[in-house]
Amino acid sequence: MTAFLAPLAGGVLIGASAVLLLLANGRIAGISGIVGGLLAPTARDWAWRVAFLAGLLAGPVLFHLLSGHWPQVRIGASWPMLVTAGLLVGFGTRLGSGCTSGHGVCGLGRLSPRSFAAVATFMATAIVTVFLVRHGVGR
Amino acid sequence: MKVSRLVAALASGLLFGVGLALSGMMDPQKVLGFLDLAGAWDPSLAFVLAGAVGVSALGYAIKGRLDRPAFAPRFAVPENRRPDGRLLSGAALFGIGWGLAGFCPGPALAGLVLGLPEVALFVAAMLTGMLLYRLLAERPARTVGAGL
Repeated sequence: MTAFLAPLAGGVLIGASAVLLLLANGRIAGISGIVGGLLAPTARDWAWRVAFLAGLLAGPVLFHLLSGHWPQVRIGASWPMLVTAGLLVGFGTRLGSGCTSGHGVCGLGRLSPRSFAAVATFMATAIVTVFLVRHGVGR
Repeated sequence: MKVSRLVAALASGLLFGVGLALSGMMDPQKVLGFLDLAGAWDPSLAFVLAGAVGVSALGYAIKGRLDRPAFAPRFAVPENRRPDGRLLSGAALFGIGWGLAGFCPGPALAGLVLGLPEVALFVAAMLTGMLLYRLLAERPARTVGAGL
């Protein structure tokens, strides 16, 4: 049971982050949307996006200062696989208007049917992909 | 006014980053462990999502009683609630990429501070994918819109 306290507490902090951005600035805490807005050449509201991302990158550093250890990051994918995955994640989140944070945390929280459909879709294709990579033909 | 908005965005990003680090979701192997139903299933991500969605639902309930956010003139929350082909095909592509590497945008960006070349490579490809979307998908739409 204690193994799930850290994930639950981490999730509560992520939820609190979304609530703060919503009630203070009226914005959705969707990472792909926040980054994507910076790539628009006409972006006039870039400052808060940069501030949010600076905080996001400082987060693991603060976690390190508080806990004494760095979060674990174990990468199994090869470099070509990482490039393919990155292109799909970047293109797909912009075409689909959101990722795990925007559709998952925020969209499900506000009971948006669009976000329920998006989460069900990306969970399904991710589960099928992992199945094929880990247990598919040839493995 | 302007400064308060930036401080709120910074604090929100910081909460998000600490939450990701504490949750264990910066680790692609933990994420893939959740997505691998046929393997040794790791339910951690479900607890992260439950905690995050529960708190965010409270926030949206409070929003319903407010006229405007504290530091901005209005809420910028999408009104469109109907799923469409664009949404579903984008989500499908995102899911495939998520399943290939175990990275979604938040954990990958937060993971940059660890200095691993694999994370930087993924983020560079992700930003390229976002730029490709702008070039391929947005331009024709705008041209069509201008023609109408």
